[in-house]
Amino acid sequence: MPELRATGVRLAYHNNMVVVDDLDLTVPDGRISVIVGANASGKSTLLRALARLLIPRAGSVHLDGRSIHEMPTRQVATQVGILPQGPVAPEGLTVGDLVGRGRAPHQRWWHQWSATDEHEVAEALRLTGLTDLARRPVDELSGGQRQRAWIAMAIAQGTPILLLDEPTTYLDLAHQIDVLDLIVDLNRREGRTVVMVLHDLNQACRYADHMIAMRSGRIVAEGGPAEVITAELVEEVFGLRCRVIADPVAGTPLVLPVGRHVVEPG
Amino acid sequence: MPARIRPLLVPACLAGATAAAFCLGLAMGAHWVDPVDVVRALAGSGDRFALLTVNELRLPRALVGLLAGAAFGVAGAVFQTVTRNPLASPDMIGISAGAAVAVVAGIVLGIDPAGLGLAGGLLAALVVYLLAWNQGTTGYRIILVGVGVTWVCTSTTSWLLTKAELYQAQQAVGWLVGNLGDSTWQDVPALAVSAAVLVPGVLLLGGWLRTLQLGDEIATGLGTPVQRARLVLLLAGVGLVAFATAAAGPIAFIALASPQIARRLAGAAAPPVLASGLTGALVVLAADLLARQVQLPVGVVTGVFGAPFLMWLLIRKNRYA
Repeated sequence: MPELRATGVRLAYHNNMVVVDDLDLTVPDGRISVIVGANASGKSTLLRALARLLIPRAGSVHLDGRSIHEMPTRQVATQVGILPQGPVAPEGLTVGDLVGRGRAPHQRWWHQWSATDEHEVAEALRLTGLTDLARRPVDELSGGQRQRAWIAMAIAQGTPILLLDEPTTYLDLAHQIDVLDLIVDLNRREGRTVVMVLHDLNQACRYADHMIAMRSGRIVAEGGPAEVITAELVEEVFGLRCRVIADPVAGTPLVLPVGRHVVEPG
Repeated sequence: MPARIRPLLVPACLAGATAAAFCLGLAMGAHWVDPVDVVRALAGSGDRFALLTVNELRLPRALVGLLAGAAFGVAGAVFQTVTRNPLASPDMIGISAGAAVAVVAGIVLGIDPAGLGLAGGLLAALVVYLLAWNQGTTGYRIILVGVGVTWVCTSTTSWLLTKAELYQAQQAVGWLVGNLGDSTWQDVPALAVSAAVLVPGVLLLGGWLRTLQLGDEIATGLGTPVQRARLVLLLAGVGLVAFATAAAGPIAFIALASPQIARRLAGAAAPPVLASGLTGALVVLAADLLARQVQLPVGVVTGVFGAPFLMWLLIRKNRYA
């Protein structure tokens, strides 16, 4: 398993406003890590840096001891797969074609399409339940199917590490759970390391092996959901008064916001 | 399985139609030359009249039409794919206009226009790149900047024409509408070499085009060196447009329309490179056949048919974008 590690990274966008400063993170191997935090806490920015979409102003991101910004980008693409927020497929692109493009890092101009590619694409379609929709254009699918098509592309890429930025955005609850279960399948069955940004704290608690809580560009707490998510931490990170109980379904922490209008019994 | 045959069948049919239009272009004209005599003339035998008409007059014209059309089509497919915008073809964003102003300057100042066309196209591309690209390539920004660059180039061209001698201005205006009527063997070598290098080059880089269609971030994730890929592909596109423009003039709408026609014929999500080039060649050769019947330059014919096509594309883009 390749190791993905950020050391002392400072991240900023074009306007030079520093979003993340002096941050260290080692992505735990073979587990699902979830980054949580309020809006503008730098969680997507951190994920983009791990995905080499953003070059750190200081510090570095290393994959197996080599800087990912100095490695050939194709070589990184055989180790790290990424799915940014809200990707848009060109009009008329079929599901099968989209998933097939996930094989790009394994192809050369003299070696375009192999039996392995065919197999990996068929497997990705099967895992995501899209085999019957392979000929349909992506833009004609429902939101949940479309997101599964993009995940299928990332699966076909066959990387040991997957980085996903809010993979459940714009999906209804049933489809959110559907996508998250699929990600767990990938982790448990194929041992892929997953790092994702999630908005919903309770879903994060349910699906994370490892939680990374961020505030103002810093990691405030890191560890198993049960250790990390406490009422005090949620108040510190999100500025939200809440109570944390054990989720009656899974036993993971369940965050119940208090709000201003509740009269608490007893 | 029809879905698998179509990507092969469409270019094959287009190639057949292009070959037919090419041969018809050699046979048709002020005097009809029988196809048998055309073939014999090409082989170097037959009577002197056929040899002269086919080999010296019609063959260079047909070759320039074929190569320039293919170059415009391929360049249009590259630009539209890399920018993910069907309107951002080189003739819409000032690349052709940049090449044109340089070529007109060459005619007026008496300098060989082929190299100048490349310089003008590159300069226009650089200006568009600096003004529009840093904030991302998609959207209307690139079109607006391109329209601005086109206007600057067009007014400079007009100014050059007012300064030119009458015979120079006549030559320049005749060329500016896009004209194959004056094509000679002199126009062929530079165009042929550029097409022979750049078209296969773009075809080999098809993998980059396929990932760039999905957006810069996804393309990076799939291992495409986005900045370098975009630069190389666009430079190839500028080169194709510049040499084709220097040889045949800025034939209107070929770079814009051919990739969109090819895309619909092939039922693809983005313009297929090979089919776009073949469509460009076919449209130019067919338009030139028509142009000869009505004694007009080919650029007028493509302009008449291209304008409604552009409007249709604008309406569709507004509705779906």
